[in-house]
Amino acid sequence: MMKRHLISAADLSRGDALLILDTAEELASLADRPIKKLPTLRGRTVVNLFFEDSTRTRISFEAAAKRLSADVINFSAKGSSVAKGESLKDTALTLEAMGADAVVIRHSASGAAHRLAGWVRGSVVNAGDGTHEHPTQALLDAFTIRRRLKGTSTRGSGLDDLRVTIVGDVLHSRVARSNVLLLSTLGAEVTLAAPPTLLPFAVNTWPCAVSYDLDNELPKSDVVMMLRVQQERMTAAYFPSVREYSRRYGLDAARMARLPEHAIVMHPGPMNRGVEIAADVADSPRSTIVEQVANGVTTRMAVLYLLLGGTEFPAVAQ
Amino acid sequence: MTAATALQADGARVRWLIKGAEIAGPGGPEVADILLSAETIQAVGTGLSAPGARVLDAGGLIALPGLVDLHTHLREPGREDAETIETGTRAAALGGYTAVHAMANTDPVADTAGVVEQVWRLGRAAGYCDVQPVGAVTVGLAGVRLAELGTMSDSAARVRVFSDDGRCVADPLLMRRALEYVKAFGGVIAQHAQDPRLTEGAQLNEGELSGRLGLAGWPAVAEEAIIARDCLLVAHVGSALHICHVSTAGSVEIIRWAKSKGWPVTAEVTPHHLLLTDELAVGYDPVFKVNPPLRTAADVAELRRALADGTIDCVATDHAPHPVEAKETEWSEAAFGMIGLETAVRVVQQAMVDTGLLDWSGVADRMSVRPARIGRLTGQGTPLEVGRPANLTLYDPAASAEPVGHGASKSRNTPFAGMDLPGRVVATFLRGTPTVVDGKLT
Repeated sequence: MMKRHLISAADLSRGDALLILDTAEELASLADRPIKKLPTLRGRTVVNLFFEDSTRTRISFEAAAKRLSADVINFSAKGSSVAKGESLKDTALTLEAMGADAVVIRHSASGAAHRLAGWVRGSVVNAGDGTHEHPTQALLDAFTIRRRLKGTSTRGSGLDDLRVTIVGDVLHSRVARSNVLLLSTLGAEVTLAAPPTLLPFAVNTWPCAVSYDLDNELPKSDVVMMLRVQQERMTAAYFPSVREYSRRYGLDAARMARLPEHAIVMHPGPMNRGVEIAADVADSPRSTIVEQVANGVTTRMAVLYLLLGGTEFPAVAQ
Repeated sequence: MTAATALQADGARVRWLIKGAEIAGPGGPEVADILLSAETIQAVGTGLSAPGARVLDAGGLIALPGLVDLHTHLREPGREDAETIETGTRAAALGGYTAVHAMANTDPVADTAGVVEQVWRLGRAAGYCDVQPVGAVTVGLAGVRLAELGTMSDSAARVRVFSDDGRCVADPLLMRRALEYVKAFGGVIAQHAQDPRLTEGAQLNEGELSGRLGLAGWPAVAEEAIIARDCLLVAHVGSALHICHVSTAGSVEIIRWAKSKGWPVTAEVTPHHLLLTDELAVGYDPVFKVNPPLRTAADVAELRRALADGTIDCVATDHAPHPVEAKETEWSEAAFGMIGLETAVRVVQQAMVDTGLLDWSGVADRMSVRPARIGRLTGQGTPLEVGRPANLTLYDPAASAEPVGHGASKSRNTPFAGMDLPGRVVATFLRGTPTVVDGKLT
């Protein structure tokens, strides 16, 4: 069964990952019912500890916890004692004293979730740590891919034989790290397509292929996942200009036309329209970007439910 | 406080007779008695006796010339919460050291005669080992203009080693001028080789693990490029360069090449770079965060070979104390550095002696003779012979491996905590006076 924390996608065996996806599939049917709330985590406390601004991830976790009836405390670093210089450890001890059953942490430092797990008794869920990982994003991406390309009656099945191309700033992307690990665990063939400056030094040791030529990868891709190009990379010599990046690695309508008929386009958001993704691609029927947001809530419900050992499994099948 | 100088009833100093130690030196191991008198070695031989002398049975112990550290951060003045000259030198004595070089990155920086003299005087007052201040190369370590190197040299502290350690003298013209300038008084520039642009935000050796952990990589080339440049500057201006904490196999290759040309380049390696690898960072515990970073097993193997064949001249601890809160934090927020004075010779035994790469004469050379020579210290690093200063360390290599615990340093940031290391420093003598006896401070 699953470990106590979810810090890295590498923490998940294929069995763990499938259990989360299958649980999310059960929970997804709940979203169509008039009353979306389940009593499973009643009386449990989930703290959203956000040291970085991320409205979309925070409200996704908040919605997930609330739909399971957990008490939710939102702790954001701005205007809190953290802004006055309190250490991560002291913040952790404070949360511990308040009796947090789970702490969802977003932090700008790689490894912050790992460190936190050493200081609290509750479960730690990594909601993005620096340039390290963002495992629930990978889970919701896997869930989205499976639903779109394999259908909804897919319990127990992985992503075997699917080809996923992840495009852009892999070096600084926690989304890419988690996805490479999780998607390969689930059987997908992952290819990273990026300029060499935006690939990690030892990327050849990762469980994926690497290409510098996006056009070459598109015709054989079932999934294309575009990564956000951060503003600060645009001036730090990773590529000559935004225009050149966009020409070589941006997904526009012409490039999208090179994809197979069934292929989907993903983006973890927030998008830079006109940089890594053109507006007509983002808004096309191939795009799963809005679905990814909805699936995020369901997947995070599954994670919280499984980590906190909810008392009764949601009787949603009836 | 001053280390005890026991006096006899008549007021004369106690003489020590060390029986049956194995003397490590250039002549190979030799078991002999050593009689210490006043500040020098009075006699060396078998079957010595000396009425009234305190006898120390040293059977099975190695006698090394007192260890000399070229690279110590004592933190005083400025960060007395992490270490003071007194606590740092107590740790040094427990580690078998009779002299340490105190790095200049204090607050205020040791970039004037006033500061280096203060450090020197506090070292004398503490009395646990000689404290030789290192002067900053540039004012405030800012890398912009030269500090008053000549004035520090002329001061009571007689500074000969200059370093901006913690920062690289990155400006090639400034480095050239510094190398040239110290020729006037026989000085040496000790370079912290780290190209600042190639290491912006760097956290961990650039390799498989840095990519996996999402920590900005610290490429080997950032060290090697500076070493190569500085070796070429030395060749051009004919001055002495010492390279601090060499950490990569590539650096070794460049130094080997520079030495083959006969250029006056020397180098040091830290105990931690002889034993530990970057894999230890996998749990994001900043106790393993250090500058330069821990490298790969291949680098460790090459550093050991280079220390054995003399390409790397000496072991230097880079003892870098930090308070608990500087390490009990996120990796990227944490301070760089590890303490190491109290464990250095034990680590060297494990990495170099027990592996057959170096014998105890070699240890004496790399941890005492050569660092004293590089540091221009005259009364340290001398052989254990009659008439020489009575600085020596008695070490028990057969002591059963014991986990490293909390010692005399004010800080606890040792990467060896709980690790079983062989050996034990039994006694340390500073000019005939014991600072450590039976593994305890006097």
